[in-house]
Amino acid sequence: MVEILYFAWVRERIGLPREQVETNAATVADLVEELRAREERYAAAFADLSALRVALDQDLADFDASLDGVREVAFFPPMTGG
Amino acid sequence: MDIRVQSAPFDFGAEAGAFATGHDNAGAVVTFAGIVRDDTGSLQRMVIEHYPGMTERALEKIAREATGRWDLKDCLIIHRHGDLAVGEMIMMVATAARHRKAAFEAAEYLMDFLKSRAPFWKKEITGSGTGWVASKDEDEAALGRWSKE
Repeated sequence: MVEILYFAWVRERIGLPREQVETNAATVADLVEELRAREERYAAAFADLSALRVALDQDLADFDASLDGVREVAFFPPMTGG
Repeated sequence: MDIRVQSAPFDFGAEAGAFATGHDNAGAVVTFAGIVRDDTGSLQRMVIEHYPGMTERALEKIAREATGRWDLKDCLIIHRHGDLAVGEMIMMVATAARHRKAAFEAAEYLMDFLKSRAPFWKKEITGSGTGWVASKDEDEAALGRWSKE
């Protein structure tokens, strides 16, 4: 079970700020495939991975990173702080 | 090192004044403030979303890097989230070092990394609709100059 968080337009497109997901995905990319297959709103949000960033347990990671031991996955657009 | 993530406004003058005193070993203090800007005359307000928990972690990491690299005597980051009006201060950084070059460079470093490595997202509310501010390629490129040879 992992907690998935969505921010900014990813949150708006999916329509949820967070959800718990039962998954056996080995990597972030595998998890994205599972989410895409769920519903159109997920497919739309994850259509272009180059427009997305991912954090695993609150550290930035790559889409090929392993989910082994990860409790929290967050998807969001490139950050615009400052 | 003082890092604050908050929705409430802050008093830049008071913060800068307090920061600039009390560091007997620092001969230079640099401050920077980021302000909500209206380029088109139609911006009504800005909403800043963030990732509680990761935001603080990311800011601490950036501040620790800068402190080590420029031997800062102190550094301050305040970044707001939530609803902001045009002209309001979004954030500030302050750095204290022995000499000005280190204080200036460290402040620029903090800003460059805050822009694209701290999990904040800006949304603009205008008279004709709303839109998320897109990240700029130049902000990502700006990080390159800080990579150590």
